[in-house]
Amino acid sequence: MTEPAILKLENLGVTFPNHPVFTDLNLTIHQGEFWSIVGKNGVGKTTLMRAILHQLRPTTGKVSYLPNAGGVKIGYVPQFRNIDSDYPLTIKDFVGLNLTGWKWPWLSRKEHAEIEHILAETGLTKLAKRPIGQASGGERQKAYLAQALVESPNLLILDESTASLDPVTKTELLDLVIELNQRLHLTVLFVTHDIPMARKYSSQYLMLTPAGAEQGPISGLTQEKVWEGEKNV
Amino acid sequence: MFSYEFMRNAFAAGTIIAIICGIMGVFVIARNMSFLTHTLSEIGFSGAAFGVFAGWAPLNGMLLFTVISSVIVGQLSARSERREAATSAISALFIGLGILFLSLANKNASYATSILFGSVIGISASDVQQMLWLSILVLIIVFVIYRFLKFDSFDHTGARVKGLWTNTLSITFLVLVALSVSVAAQIVGSLLIFILLTLPAATAKYFAHTVGGMMILAVGLALIGVWAGLTLSYVTNYPVSFFIAAIEAVFYFLALGWQKLQTAE
Repeated sequence: MTEPAILKLENLGVTFPNHPVFTDLNLTIHQGEFWSIVGKNGVGKTTLMRAILHQLRPTTGKVSYLPNAGGVKIGYVPQFRNIDSDYPLTIKDFVGLNLTGWKWPWLSRKEHAEIEHILAETGLTKLAKRPIGQASGGERQKAYLAQALVESPNLLILDESTASLDPVTKTELLDLVIELNQRLHLTVLFVTHDIPMARKYSSQYLMLTPAGAEQGPISGLTQEKVWEGEKNV
Repeated sequence: MFSYEFMRNAFAAGTIIAIICGIMGVFVIARNMSFLTHTLSEIGFSGAAFGVFAGWAPLNGMLLFTVISSVIVGQLSARSERREAATSAISALFIGLGILFLSLANKNASYATSILFGSVIGISASDVQQMLWLSILVLIIVFVIYRFLKFDSFDHTGARVKGLWTNTLSITFLVLVALSVSVAAQIVGSLLIFILLTLPAATAKYFAHTVGGMMILAVGLALIGVWAGLTLSYVTNYPVSFFIAAIEAVFYFLALGWQKLQTAE
């Protein structure tokens, strides 16, 4: 692998009171890789993501971001968001929320340009002024993706972000993600239950099962293997 | 009307209140905190009654009670599932305390009504000055933390996964609401304060689709309500808070109707 490693999990384990979620997880992720994280509900996928985001202190081992050009910035797209139909902000304003910091309340010209650039990248330019509450499910997911991307992350986490989408919209969104992955060398962690989608888009997989974790090139992941792993308690 | 000093003071105070409530209201609505704001206004009543009992200016009693309780409420309601119940319990406790302090202070019922429903006549130039300084303080803090507050208020999930200090932001915001409640209670009274902190912003949400736009519209609607309310109150001699409440409620219902028509098309 010629690309530098950007994220390393060493002997990582998380235990909730009397209940180990996972133990001794070792994983090295290199820049530009597209990983699918699979496994049944409750096996610890979201817990792993929280540990990676440093929102949860692991019981054993550690998560380290390895220094490479510019450091590691993470963009995260969760599955759910509390946005109802009368949520007022436009897609452009929603995307701009992620530009935080001790700065002036108003956005600079450079920041406006950054937002417009990312709206163009995600095919949202024409919808920029639409209130996000009135956007379709697919358009909203694209806006969530654009918000995660506006700070130019080099690691993108999609935490079951496509789970509630229809197959066509799902493909459209993942086509966009893989295009960014290839063009910009964006590293992607795709948490999913959808094995065909994982096989179509990723380069590697990590399967969490109650008995332990398994990883490898995506060609080794089959639906049968996932079912087998789920039974293997 | 402006030949009277108390009306000049009332207009100056009303203008300050409308600006602060319009701006803070946008965040109150985005954070779904209307009920909590209502509770803080009741706590304000209790604080004012305590102020009277202790021989202080009512505003100082209000500031003390609302700021301390906003921190407690913030801690208690960090978990949203118990927010409603915790808020109700605190609200009940403080209304009771307010009545107790008024009774201990031996003040008559009309004094209680002026705390609860506000008063135009009682506002002096030094009150206006104190409100101005408090409002400037609130606005400076909002200005400094604006981007964080905006992200957390309009997309709590996004702010949390980014690792923003959302709990500290939440408590800071509650203290800012407490300060705004204390300022605004001077004119509309503690019972009706949440009108100005919620209705103009709730109305603005239907017409403006950027945070800045909502603020401008909410401040505008609050200014119209306060100025028209003061004028009508001067002309008719009926309570100013009635007019402000009626005007803001009418704006809100018109906005709802307009929204219904839009979605029906």
